[in-house]
Amino acid sequence: MTGFLTLIALALLGIAVWQIVKIYDLSQVNAPENNQIATEKDNHINGFLMMGFLIFLYGLTIFSMLKWGKVLLPLAASKHGEEVDRLMIITFALILFVQGLTQVLLHYFAYKYRGKKGMKALFYADNDKLEFLWTIIPVITLSGLIIYGLWTWTNIMRINEDDDPIIIELYAQQFNWKVRYAGADNTLGDANVRFIEGSNVIGVDISDPNGKDDIVVTQELRLPVGRKVIFKMRSQDVLHSAFMPFFRAQMNVVPGMITQFSFTPIQTTEQARQDLEIIGKVQSINNLREEKNVKLSAEGKELLDPYEFNFLLLCNKICGASHYNMQLNIIVDTPEDFNQWISQQKTISEVLQ
Amino acid sequence: MSVTASHTIEDHTHAHEHHHKDTFITKYIFSQDHKMISKQYLITGIFMGIIGVSMSMLFRLQLAWPEESFQIFEILLGKWAPEGVMDPNIYLALVTIHGTIMVFFVLTAGLSGTFSNLLIPLQIGARDMASGFLNMISYWLFFLSTIIMVLSLFVEAGPASAGWTVYPPLSALPQAMPGSGTGMTLWLVSMAIFIASSLLGSLNYIATVLNLRVKGMSMTRLPLTIWAFFITAVIGIVSFPVLLSAALLLVMDRAFGTSFFLSDIYIQGEVLHYQGGSPVLYEHLFWFLGHPEVYIVILPAMGIVSEIMATHARKPIFGYRAMVASILAIAFLSTIVWGHHMFVSGMNPFLGSVFTFTTLLIAIPSAIKAFNWITTLWKGNLQLNPAMLFSIGFVSTFISGGLTGIILGDSTLDINVHDTYFVVAHFHLVMGVSAIYGMFAGVYHWFPKMFGRMMNKNLGYVHFWVTAVCAYGVFLPMHFIGMAGLPRRYYTNTAFPYFDDLADINVLITVFALVGGAVQLVFIYNFFASIFYGKKAVQNPWRANSMEWTTPVKHMHGNWPGEIPEVHRWPYDYSKPGSDEDFIPQTVPLRDGEDINH
Repeated sequence: MTGFLTLIALALLGIAVWQIVKIYDLSQVNAPENNQIATEKDNHINGFLMMGFLIFLYGLTIFSMLKWGKVLLPLAASKHGEEVDRLMIITFALILFVQGLTQVLLHYFAYKYRGKKGMKALFYADNDKLEFLWTIIPVITLSGLIIYGLWTWTNIMRINEDDDPIIIELYAQQFNWKVRYAGADNTLGDANVRFIEGSNVIGVDISDPNGKDDIVVTQELRLPVGRKVIFKMRSQDVLHSAFMPFFRAQMNVVPGMITQFSFTPIQTTEQARQDLEIIGKVQSINNLREEKNVKLSAEGKELLDPYEFNFLLLCNKICGASHYNMQLNIIVDTPEDFNQWISQQKTISEVLQ
Repeated sequence: MSVTASHTIEDHTHAHEHHHKDTFITKYIFSQDHKMISKQYLITGIFMGIIGVSMSMLFRLQLAWPEESFQIFEILLGKWAPEGVMDPNIYLALVTIHGTIMVFFVLTAGLSGTFSNLLIPLQIGARDMASGFLNMISYWLFFLSTIIMVLSLFVEAGPASAGWTVYPPLSALPQAMPGSGTGMTLWLVSMAIFIASSLLGSLNYIATVLNLRVKGMSMTRLPLTIWAFFITAVIGIVSFPVLLSAALLLVMDRAFGTSFFLSDIYIQGEVLHYQGGSPVLYEHLFWFLGHPEVYIVILPAMGIVSEIMATHARKPIFGYRAMVASILAIAFLSTIVWGHHMFVSGMNPFLGSVFTFTTLLIAIPSAIKAFNWITTLWKGNLQLNPAMLFSIGFVSTFISGGLTGIILGDSTLDINVHDTYFVVAHFHLVMGVSAIYGMFAGVYHWFPKMFGRMMNKNLGYVHFWVTAVCAYGVFLPMHFIGMAGLPRRYYTNTAFPYFDDLADINVLITVFALVGGAVQLVFIYNFFASIFYGKKAVQNPWRANSMEWTTPVKHMHGNWPGEIPEVHRWPYDYSKPGSDEDFIPQTVPLRDGEDINH
């Protein structure tokens, strides 16, 4: 039956196409003066549409900024994050200015100079001064941006062991994150996937004395506020990327090598949860979830839990089927709470006994 | 130059006389005529475009309503969407193949292949390409590669799914994802053949432009289209072989146990033997092509837009020399910026600084081009044909998309938007939508030259305006999702309650995408119907200056009956004072005392 109906539908579709083609054909014959080249009327209509389009483009930009400005990343929770955000805002202001200006000129000219009968274009082939002008302005602006950007970049990426940093290993595998703290000596023991065996899930070399006090944690990544963290990253299978958007931090995790990133958290999770922007965001997310729950409960399905804010570690390099769900919560504590928490964790030598 | 040119003309006229007995096969299938090959490229490109765009419709549905099931998924994807729920692996396969098809088969072969083939001989006054035979081989290798890519969709474990960049180890290990098995092998074979095709084409384009220009057609009198195709071919020759080497090394790692890109891997409970390789090496090799590739895609569109804008504005292109210089500058810079895809790959941060510097420099020639296009419109007499609308649309999306490149090219800012939807929005506007606009503009403009008939302009207007609104409707809001921190290539964002409030943006984007996708049917219909039923074209419908419009409407081998007309001026003498008409074809000799441009 379905096959029969499909056949009929296809046949009807075929007839429809044939008829449209026929009509098209006839309309061509009956309008010999229509040579499919824009007439003055076409120029007129499309010229006005250009202005309409400009309004649409501006409207869409403004609408998006008002409506979705709130979805953008709120506070920067790391020291260098504020610097990054400042550069971002300056760059954005510049982009919006240039975008605003050039789109107006483009669409306005398209409207203003739409072709009319008897009009002749201006023969205007060259102007070295103008060319120079719009070469030198981008050169100066971009030089500023490049210098500012590189200065910030160097500050972020200069990883050194000054200021007593805490050394933490981020270990990635399909599809979860593990964390290794360096323990009392703040030095990570050697590791390689070839040492993986039994409870030694991330392949720490147990013959290396530095590794004996290392601590492996899988539920969460805990950091003390105000202390520089140096992440050493390792992957056991494919490329992953440790993306910590609230800390303006990202680094790929590459099998076969150790990559690094460093930042200093400046807010505890508790403090962030008190932030007005975060409160507003959590509120709006929970409203959405409640709306959904009404629907879910009507269907007799499992309800969604209310959302509580946490800093996130996401995987940001395609790594396989569950790439979309490779995540870990980051909890920033006061140093006291952190020390208390870490003292309760088991070291590798305790686990492997 | 002139001596060589006249020799070639005689040779070709001679050859031309022997060419008359065309069978169906030599005329339509194994044709060595550049005009037919150009049509073959275009139509193959359109079919691949239909596949690529349809895939994007499917994953847009998934992204907007991740918790719904769609019957269409089960119909089209079969076992990969049981009960109409899409499998995460096939989602990744769809984005991978969508990217591959659109970048290589549609925007490289479909755009550059079509218009380089059509326009290089016609606009420089040559009877055909330097080697018609190589040209034919180039097309058929391309065709073969598309067939292999389409076949890979039907293998047991699914097609390649590691993203269009196919980074190892994910793409190297079948244990890592099902698509990295036979699907990935076919992907690599298809790409290797595609690269061979592209190289043969590029060599031919370069040889033709350098050697076969008609008398009077100096390099500084070339239309900007030819400059763009010429430089594109040069970039292709410089960069595509590097991708081929990356693909071959990946094949070695996959099939013969070498360790170019792999090291220290423990997967599914066992340690693999690989040691000493680095995926970062693959990234370098890939992006050494991958970045020039976006210019391989966009430069032809720039050339087409420059040519069409001048013609339909009835005004010379503003700053011809600056336009050529900026093409050269872009081409040079394009080969030394690949590292901006790798700021957070783990390479030395100092390299990041270097690549930030070179990358932001590209904004300068790009800005020059944008301002020159805008100035070309100023005080013009704009004939707003569909081709012209798409050209104006090109400048608009190129600016919008290009500007966000200033953020992505800055290593500091890239940290936070790298691999998020911000990148997706950026490159779709600046090279996806823009290049497609350039392709549409070219099709509307040169359709009369290709098929001897006109496309319906009203359907063209509908096509442009709906597409223009939808393109911004899709990609402008997408920047916000990226700035909110949502990574690309996520099958769904429901695993993160934090992203719940992005749901309505995703719905809006999908609605625009579906409408924008559907309106392409108007183009497809207009294109195919006009081939058979379109209004018959006159010889020079747009009253253009360039050489191709001096050839007869009906195609013939050798392009010109008799001698090829000599060239006396540059192609942009539109609305020149002292002339009654608002155009003076390149073949018209200078009047006494006329000022000469180039």
